[in-house]
Amino acid sequence: MSLLLLDSYNSRIVLISTMLLGMASGIVGLFTLLRRRSLIGDCVAHASLPGICTAFLMSHTRDFFVLSLGAIFSGLLSAWLVSALCARTKIKEDAATALALSTFFAGGLALSKMIQTSPIGNKAGIESYIFGNASTIIQQDLYVVVGVSLFCISVIGLMFKEFVILCFDQNFGASQGFSPLLLDLILMTILCFCTAAGLPAVGAVLIVALLIIPPASARLWTDNIRYMAALSALFGMLSALIGTAISALMPSSPSFSGLPTGPLIVLTAASFFIVSLLFGTSHGLLHRLNTKGGMR
Amino acid sequence: MQPTAIEVHDLCVTYDQKPVLWDIDLTVSSGSLTAIVGPNGAGKSTLLKAAMGLLQPTSGYVSIFDSTAKRAVRSIGYVPQRESVDWDFPISVEEVVLMGRYGRLGLFRRPSKYDRKIVAECLDKVQMTEYAKRQISQLSGGQQQRIFIARALAQQPDIYLMDEPFAGIDAATENTIVDILKGLQKDGKTIVAVHHDLQTIPSYFDSVILLNLRLIACGKVQDVFTAENLQKTFGGRLTILDQVTEAVRTGQQRHTQDSETEVKG
Repeated sequence: MSLLLLDSYNSRIVLISTMLLGMASGIVGLFTLLRRRSLIGDCVAHASLPGICTAFLMSHTRDFFVLSLGAIFSGLLSAWLVSALCARTKIKEDAATALALSTFFAGGLALSKMIQTSPIGNKAGIESYIFGNASTIIQQDLYVVVGVSLFCISVIGLMFKEFVILCFDQNFGASQGFSPLLLDLILMTILCFCTAAGLPAVGAVLIVALLIIPPASARLWTDNIRYMAALSALFGMLSALIGTAISALMPSSPSFSGLPTGPLIVLTAASFFIVSLLFGTSHGLLHRLNTKGGMR
Repeated sequence: MQPTAIEVHDLCVTYDQKPVLWDIDLTVSSGSLTAIVGPNGAGKSTLLKAAMGLLQPTSGYVSIFDSTAKRAVRSIGYVPQRESVDWDFPISVEEVVLMGRYGRLGLFRRPSKYDRKIVAECLDKVQMTEYAKRQISQLSGGQQQRIFIARALAQQPDIYLMDEPFAGIDAATENTIVDILKGLQKDGKTIVAVHHDLQTIPSYFDSVILLNLRLIACGKVQDVFTAENLQKTFGGRLTILDQVTEAVRTGQQRHTQDSETEVKG
């Protein structure tokens, strides 16, 4: 209950940081969705696990800043692997993504098991990066989450028109001097930042939902990309807020350790999607029934 | 003699070690209205993309107004094929045309009132002003083509490269586009367009590039748009050859008429 009453500095910053994270992933996810690269987000998120574990094994620290560097590195590596496989072999993007995702995640699971059974101290909580647990986050981690989220939001804010042109018509953009290669690299990098920041609260397995569901819900309400970005950020923020709050309100006893935050955040996002699917003013089902025979 | 707008020198482009364009040498003179003609897979779109530096050629180079610098490429207005983009994209007509200003704005900067004024003018030129706020998925094929042309106009370039601007559009749009192209030519702009309808080439264009992996011919319509060259370009496909004969006949008729008028004048 203390979390909702905002009576401690820590609970306030837990809420603020997950809300910012929800906003950032909503906005970054909008562009990966429009670029049709949503599953790369899943790949990058799963691939961050071996990075975290390796960073922990090398540094023996729980400092989230260090761990997230490992996460970002292995996430980018997996994204690079997918594009290299597509470019140099006959393997298509879907298969390449599944291949990289499962391989990196398997590596991550093996490493985290190694860490749990190893004599290294201060290892508690490494496995919480798989499903996320907002209640175990310490203050220092939260500063990283806040910083990274603000960074991702500002990059998209600054380069909004560049990303729009990349997603809509990359050849035309290239003809105007906006290199698709460079813009894709920037987009993939902030995607990795964003998934890394989402690990403590949402976890590697489910963070992709925060990247896909808010923009997909926003699409049902509007045909304007700017409104869509704002709505997507709002849905992401509210999902993170409500999910975290429910998780904190869950009674926990010695026999029942409460529900992890990640699934609750995702289920909240999914309920926003269902509401949007029904009532969305632009492409929702009711709207479609009303304008039957009209525009899509 | 007009100065050269585009010079293509020894250009070869390959995809996966398969040649798409082979040893192309040609020049497009400034102020000309040129059609690129050739069968499917002849490398027409590839030639346009290579001219803008969107593809890395295996050998050779393209120079724009005697410059191979990347900056020169930005003086090109590009009209890609309509099918190359997702028309369900959440964006309005106005915003698509505004993209034509992005190259001039450069990184990070936002469009100004002046940019929006130019966009309004360009929408007017293609007769799409009343659709400015519409979402692009609500447009017909002809309207989609019009806004792509408006976007290139908003760039205010000296050279226009258009990939099949006449494909799948209604007659009214076709007339509008022809008027726009002729107007641009009058203003001294250079236009190169991939074109499929052989019959309209003599009336729409003054120059033609015949392409089939290699360059078959390049020059004025009356000089190189001949049955012999078209046969070389398209091979022995009969239906096309019939079309060709017809096109050449009407073309020559028109040309004779033009010369007669000139004599009279």
